[in-house]
Amino acid sequence: MVHPTAIHTIRTTPAFMRLVARRRKFVVSLTLGTLLPYYAFVLAAGFAPRFLAQKIFAGSAITLGWPLGVALIVGTWILTGLYIRRANGEFDELTARIVAGDLQ
Amino acid sequence: MTRFARFFAALLALFALCGGRTAFAMPEAAGSVHRQPLNTTAIAMFVVFVIATLGITYWSASKTRTMKDFYNAGGGISGFQNGLALAGDYMSAAALLGLTSMIFFNGYDGMIYAVSFFVAWPLLMFLFAERIRNLGQVTIADIASYRLDQQRVRTLMAFGSLTVVCLYLVAQMVGAGQLIQLLFGLRYEYAVVVVGLLMAVYVTFGGMVATTWVQIIKAVLMLFGATLLAVLALRHFGFSLNDMFAQAIAVHHSGAAIMLPSKLVADPFAMLSLSVALVFGTSGLPHILMRFFTVPDAKAARKSVFVATGFIGYFFLLVTLLGMAAIVIVGRDGGFYEGGVPGGKLIGGGNMPVMHLAKAMGGDLVLGFLSAVAFATILAVVAGLTMAGTSAISHDLYAMVIRKNRADPKTEKRVSRIASLAIAGVAVVLGILFKEQNIAFLVSLTYSVAASVNFPILALAIYWKGLTTRGALLGGVAGLVSAVGLVVLSPAVWVKVLGHATPIFPYDYPAIVSMSIAFFFTWVGSVTDQGARAARERAQFDDQFIRGQTGIGASGAASH
Repeated sequence: MVHPTAIHTIRTTPAFMRLVARRRKFVVSLTLGTLLPYYAFVLAAGFAPRFLAQKIFAGSAITLGWPLGVALIVGTWILTGLYIRRANGEFDELTARIVAGDLQ
Repeated sequence: MTRFARFFAALLALFALCGGRTAFAMPEAAGSVHRQPLNTTAIAMFVVFVIATLGITYWSASKTRTMKDFYNAGGGISGFQNGLALAGDYMSAAALLGLTSMIFFNGYDGMIYAVSFFVAWPLLMFLFAERIRNLGQVTIADIASYRLDQQRVRTLMAFGSLTVVCLYLVAQMVGAGQLIQLLFGLRYEYAVVVVGLLMAVYVTFGGMVATTWVQIIKAVLMLFGATLLAVLALRHFGFSLNDMFAQAIAVHHSGAAIMLPSKLVADPFAMLSLSVALVFGTSGLPHILMRFFTVPDAKAARKSVFVATGFIGYFFLLVTLLGMAAIVIVGRDGGFYEGGVPGGKLIGGGNMPVMHLAKAMGGDLVLGFLSAVAFATILAVVAGLTMAGTSAISHDLYAMVIRKNRADPKTEKRVSRIASLAIAGVAVVLGILFKEQNIAFLVSLTYSVAASVNFPILALAIYWKGLTTRGALLGGVAGLVSAVGLVVLSPAVWVKVLGHATPIFPYDYPAIVSMSIAFFFTWVGSVTDQGARAARERAQFDDQFIRGQTGIGASGAASH
């Protein structure tokens, strides 16, 4: 068990650096995976409104913008699910090992 | 025994007020333009909700022994419960009424808004939820002042939170007054006083436990009401979305143009600035962020965001569907228009499409239910806001800044009670003063201040080693001044409130500018800060970083 007063010794240990690097890489990709499609959507609404207003297939009343909006909401929610899955497994295991004092 | 007595005194006062209210409400119908006939179904359902929540408040009071119980329910709320409560906090009456109304009038624009309100949640999950849980205990100021100056940075954050809370509260109060006179046929002032009294009772007696359960119940009711209405509406179209869309295009006076992103995004920069305010402002709302302290650990914090995000996304999707259904069902029915001609002025005003839809689909019963849900929604949101404001006063300003973490718990409890009553009082007074005002600017101001003061300092405190006290103070003040200043110069205030011909600043949401200013000044103030204190603050980043990552040293749950 790591004593709270010895907390700073963890910073440069291999186990902690592994946790930080893996989580950072994952979080950066998930954040970009949320923000890039979202701002592409916002810019499409501003600069290419006709693109969003095209019918999804001939004879349909539904236009592309609607399923895209649904996909953004459902898709980014799935990303939060992916995060949880990896955090509950891999990241929590790494953290538990660090807290228990296994710092290699 | 005294708690029991005080609780019932408050309860009696409330019912005395409710009883007196109906007697006054009827004869003054001529006084307001939009007031509707007294809606007894809605009032009956709402009274059931109020009695249930007061029962919960009484039960919560018995669980609220320490100040920790009061502020964060002792960290004993489960991830799933907190997820529902977060959703209850975020699914506002404005979202239900405003978004459906936007689709009803402008079509596809409402979907762009819905997505923009939603996207903040995945980001909260990836960047904030776990760090906030690991680094703080009661307020977001705990996190900002973790390694910075307790006195000054905490004071700044407390005032940042209080500003956001007050602005948001006034907007909610004015909305509540208007909505309730619309839906229930009650007088504006009574509605505002009832809301103020109830929120003070929830928070003063039940603290975070009661607030949480009010939000959970409201979230369930809201999700149930929206689902029911969506199923009824879809049945009307034989469960064919294509049929619904085709009819909407046929009925709407804009025709196929309702599928085009229009007014809202006429200026892409304005849309971009709005989206920055919504996305990053949400990450700076104190009443949302403080909910992360109610769960036992980071694992529960992340689960709560996952649950909240799912429910909020589901709700927004339902809302867009309801808006499209309203175009057809309400748009064709002359009975919902003044003068009986479809396409004219909607009875009750522009926010009513979803309520008219409820009436058309399910008669007075469904209309009454949805009205009661809308009222319950306002109560849940204002209770959360009051809780956040109270913690900023009694925990941040009193216990930590004035008493320097040596406050006597009894006195602190008394301060918290006075604070919640004072906040409720201020909200009622301002709500009544702002009755006739155009309050659209309050919402943009709330999100802009949250995105320009709370968010930058919080984000940099968590992620940037170089942040120092001087940088945080400089950036926070710059963000506050520029957000408020630019909103005053924007069309919403300069033109619509102050009556000038043209705005000095062209965008209603200045967040993209004021947030950049805040980040810039925080950076300048920090990198030029070479004192011994700054060096110490940077040196302490590693400890904070480790705790944020692993939760070592973070407090756990109290056993309930």
